[in-house]
Amino acid sequence: MTATTTAPAPPATGPAGATPGRRRFNVNAVLVEGRALIALLIIIAIFAALSDNYLTAGNLTTITKQVAFNAIVALGMLMVILNGGIDLSVGSTVGLTAAVAGNLFRGLNLPLTEAIMFPQVWVIVVLSVGVGMLVGWVNGLLVARLNLAPFITTLGMLYVARGLTEVLLNGQNITNELSGQPYLNNTGFFTVFASRPLGLPISAWVMILFAVVFSIVLTRTPFGRWLYATGSNERAAQLSGVPVKRVQTRIYVLSGLCAGVVGILQMANISSSTADLGTYYELNAIAAVVIGGAALSGGRGTVRGTIIGAFVIGFLANGLVIVGVSPFWQKVITGAVIILAVAVDQIQQIIGRRRNARRAVAAARQGGATTAA
Amino acid sequence: MAGTESRGDTAVAGRVDDEVVLRAIDISKTYGVTRALKGVNFEVRRGKVTVLFGENGAGKSTLMKILSGVEQPTGGRLELDGETVTLASTSDAVDRGISIIHQELNLCANLSVRDNVFIGRELRTRLGGIDYAREAEITRGLMDRLEEPIRPTTLVQDLRVGQQQIVEIARALQTDTRILIMDEPTSALSAAEVEVLFKVIRELTSQGVAIVYISHHLEEAIEIADHAVVFRDGDLVATAEAADIDLPWVVRQMVGREADYDFRDEPREFGDVALSIQGVTVAEPETGRVVVNDVSLDVRAGEIVCLYGLMGAGRTELMEAIAGRDPISGGRVLLGQTDLGTRSVRERIALGLGLVPEDRQRDGLVQMMSVGANLSLPSLLSMVRRTFISRRVERADVEQEIADVKVKTAGPGALITSLSGGNQQKVVIGKMLLTRPKVLLLDEPTRGIDVGAKGEIFSLLFREARKGLAVLYVTSEVGEALTASHRLVVMSRGRLVRELDPRTCTRDEVMAASGEQETTDEAAPHHPPTEDHVPAATHAETDRNGAS
Repeated sequence: MTATTTAPAPPATGPAGATPGRRRFNVNAVLVEGRALIALLIIIAIFAALSDNYLTAGNLTTITKQVAFNAIVALGMLMVILNGGIDLSVGSTVGLTAAVAGNLFRGLNLPLTEAIMFPQVWVIVVLSVGVGMLVGWVNGLLVARLNLAPFITTLGMLYVARGLTEVLLNGQNITNELSGQPYLNNTGFFTVFASRPLGLPISAWVMILFAVVFSIVLTRTPFGRWLYATGSNERAAQLSGVPVKRVQTRIYVLSGLCAGVVGILQMANISSSTADLGTYYELNAIAAVVIGGAALSGGRGTVRGTIIGAFVIGFLANGLVIVGVSPFWQKVITGAVIILAVAVDQIQQIIGRRRNARRAVAAARQGGATTAA
Repeated sequence: MAGTESRGDTAVAGRVDDEVVLRAIDISKTYGVTRALKGVNFEVRRGKVTVLFGENGAGKSTLMKILSGVEQPTGGRLELDGETVTLASTSDAVDRGISIIHQELNLCANLSVRDNVFIGRELRTRLGGIDYAREAEITRGLMDRLEEPIRPTTLVQDLRVGQQQIVEIARALQTDTRILIMDEPTSALSAAEVEVLFKVIRELTSQGVAIVYISHHLEEAIEIADHAVVFRDGDLVATAEAADIDLPWVVRQMVGREADYDFRDEPREFGDVALSIQGVTVAEPETGRVVVNDVSLDVRAGEIVCLYGLMGAGRTELMEAIAGRDPISGGRVLLGQTDLGTRSVRERIALGLGLVPEDRQRDGLVQMMSVGANLSLPSLLSMVRRTFISRRVERADVEQEIADVKVKTAGPGALITSLSGGNQQKVVIGKMLLTRPKVLLLDEPTRGIDVGAKGEIFSLLFREARKGLAVLYVTSEVGEALTASHRLVVMSRGRLVRELDPRTCTRDEVMAASGEQETTDEAAPHHPPTEDHVPAATHAETDRNGAS
C-alpha cells in the first residue's frame, strides 16, 4: 500500500542565480559545482603526471576545440534539462545542419527553372542553422502543445533528422564544394569557420560567447527565472502567470540553435559534411550537464557547471588516449566517471536532507520550549 | 494552551486496560519548522469505533500516518498490546495488524478484485505460481462476510466507488487486521453506500476489530462513533464517550476558543463591483461531471466575501475557473467592465486578478527557489529595466513585500522550504499582492497554519481591502467564515445555496446550509437520475496537505 506523504518538500539545493537580493554564501551550490571542478583538477593532475604530452599548448588547444563542440551542444541541453525535459535529437541535428549546409554549397536547384542558385556563405550558414532551430521548434511544439513526453518526441526526432541527413547526402560526403568557387561568389567558409583568432579555435570563442549570453539570460532575464520556475514546479509557475508553454517551446529552439551552430563548426573542422556527423553528441551533452550539477528533474543547474562538466569529459577522454588506454576501456572509464558524478550528487543531497531534518527537529524543540513556557 | 478540556484524564500511559489495543504516548511530529503534533496521547480500543474530529491541519492525518507506519514520529512512542513497538513501514504495520484505508483508494483499477485483495501477498502454488483458485475462494469468503456479492474476477474499474471501498476493506481483513484506520471513507459515497459501509463497520467491531475513523461529515461520524477525540492545532484537546456528545459539543471543541481575530466591526463602505461572476458553470474535462452549477456572485472593491463550503462542494473548481486555470463551460466572469472570456492566467494577473491556490506546496511555491524569487515570480516583467531584471528594483520590491506581509525569514535569499507553513502562505499571498491586483482570490488561505498566523493573514487582507482590494476567499472553517468576512456565501454541491450576514447568522445556519446536516436524508434529490451533484472529493480538494 502506498501513501502520499504530505511533508513539505525537503530543502533542495538552490540554483545559483535564482536568488535575488543579497548574495548569500550557499554551501550546497558551491559543493555541487566544486565537485565537478575538483574532478577536473584531479583528472588533469593524474594525466599530467602520467604523460609529458598532456599539458602542452598543442594538446590543450586540441582538447579545447573538442570540448567546445560538446559544451555548445550541452548549453542548449542545459536549457532543456532545466525545464525537466531532455533533447535526444541534438546529435542528429548537428548532422542535418551540416548536410543542409553542404548541399547549399553544391547549389540550390530552383524549381520550374533550369537555374542553380549558389547562395553566399553567410546565407548558407543562416539557412542551415535555421534548419536546426526549426527541428527544435517542432520538438518544442510537440512537447509543449501536445504534451508529448520529451524523451519519446526527441528520440523520434533523432531518427527523423538522421534519416534526412542520409537522404540529403545520399551516401556521399560533401568535401570539395565547401571551399566554394570565386566565380560563384561562395568562398570564404574556412577563412571564418576554421580560423583561430588570438590562437584559439573559433569554436572556443563561440563557446565563450554562448556561455556568457546563456549565463546572462538565465540569471538576469525574466525568461531565465521562468525557466528555473517551470522546471521546479510547473503548476505553481503557471498560476504565477509564467507563460510555461512559450518557455518550453523556446528552449527546444535554443537547443536546436546550439546544435546547428556546432554542425557548421564541426563541418568546418573536419572539412567535410558526413552522414555520421554528430553521432552520440546528445549523450556527451547530457553527461556534461549532469556532471555540472544539474538535476534531470529540472530546476537546478548552471552554465558554469555545464562548461566544467564538458571540460571534465574532454580532459578525461583526451588523457585516456594520450596515456594509451585501449578504446574499449576508455568507454568503461568515462561511463564510470559519469555514474560517480551523479552518485556523489545524490549522496550529498541525502546528507543535506538529513542535516536539515536534524536542524528542524532541534529548532522545533527549542521553539516548543519557548511556547510551553 | 487555553481551552484544553479533559486532556490527560483518559489517556494516561501505563494504565492497565484490556480493551486498549493500541496506545500512542506523547507522540509529536515536526515537518521542517511546522509542528503537526505536539505530544499527543491517544488510545484505540478493541471492538470500538474511535472517531477523530478536527479541522484541516489539526493533526489527525499526521497521527494516522504515524499509526499506519507511513511516517515516523519525531518524539514519543507507540504501545501495541502493552508492548512498545516501532512501525518502520506500512508493511511493518500491516504485519502487526494495523491497516489504513486512505481517502484516495489505493487499488489497481486494471486488476480484478481477487488480485487486488492479494496484491503483494499472493498465495503460491507448490510450483511457485499464483494459487488463483484458493485466492478466489478466500476473496469470495471475505465478500460474504462483508455482505457484498462481488465476483472475485470482476475488474475493480467496473465497480462503483462504494464497492471499491469494500474491496479495500476486504484487503485489510485478509491480512488479519485488528486495527482498521479509515481516513474520510465516505467522502465519495452516496447516502445508500454510507449505510452499507456503516453496517460493515458494525459487523467488524462485533468481531473485535478496532476502527479509527476520520471524517469531515460530523453528524455521520457522530452516528458511528463509540469514542470521540478532538484535535486542534496539533493537540488532542478533548475525549468523550459517544453517548455524551452532540454536534455543538464537537464543533465547540474543534474550533476551541473563538479565534483571536475578529473583524466583524470592519467598515462596510464598498466601491464598484470589482468582480462579477455571472452564471458560471464548470464541468470536469475528463468526466463531464458538472462541479460548479450556475454560480453568480458580485464582489465589490474593498469587500471581503467568504465562500463557505465542504470539500467537494466545487469551491476549488470555481476559484480555478475564475483565475483562468480551467475553462468555464457556461456563464461569464467580469473584472470591472472587462469580460475575461478565455484569457489565460497570465493575462488575468496582468489585468489585476490573482489566485492564492489551495495547495501551497503543489501550486503555490517553487520549492527550489528562494523566498525572494518566489515573491517576484509573477511580477518579474515589471522589474525589467533595459532587457534585464534590475536587481535593485527586485530587491527593493521583495524586501518591501516581506515587510508588508510580515514574513519571518532570514532574508530574500533564504530557501522557501526553510519557512514555516504560515510564513510560506504569507509569501504566496505576498507574491500575488506584488502584482498589484484589484481582485484577490484565496482558496483555503489558512489551511494547516497556526492560529497566530491566521490572524495575521486576515489582518493583512482587511488592510488591503481598506485600500480597495476586493477579496473572495474559500474556507471550510465556520469560525473563520463568521469572524473574518463582510459577507458570507455558502456553496453546496456546485451551487451557491445561501447568502448570509456574518454579524447576524449562527454557526448552525452556516453548517445547515452547507449540507452538513442532511447526510442521511439526502439520497433522493442528489443521487439518481443524474450523478451531477454527487459530492465527491476531487483531486484538487483532497486532504493531502492537511498535515503540513
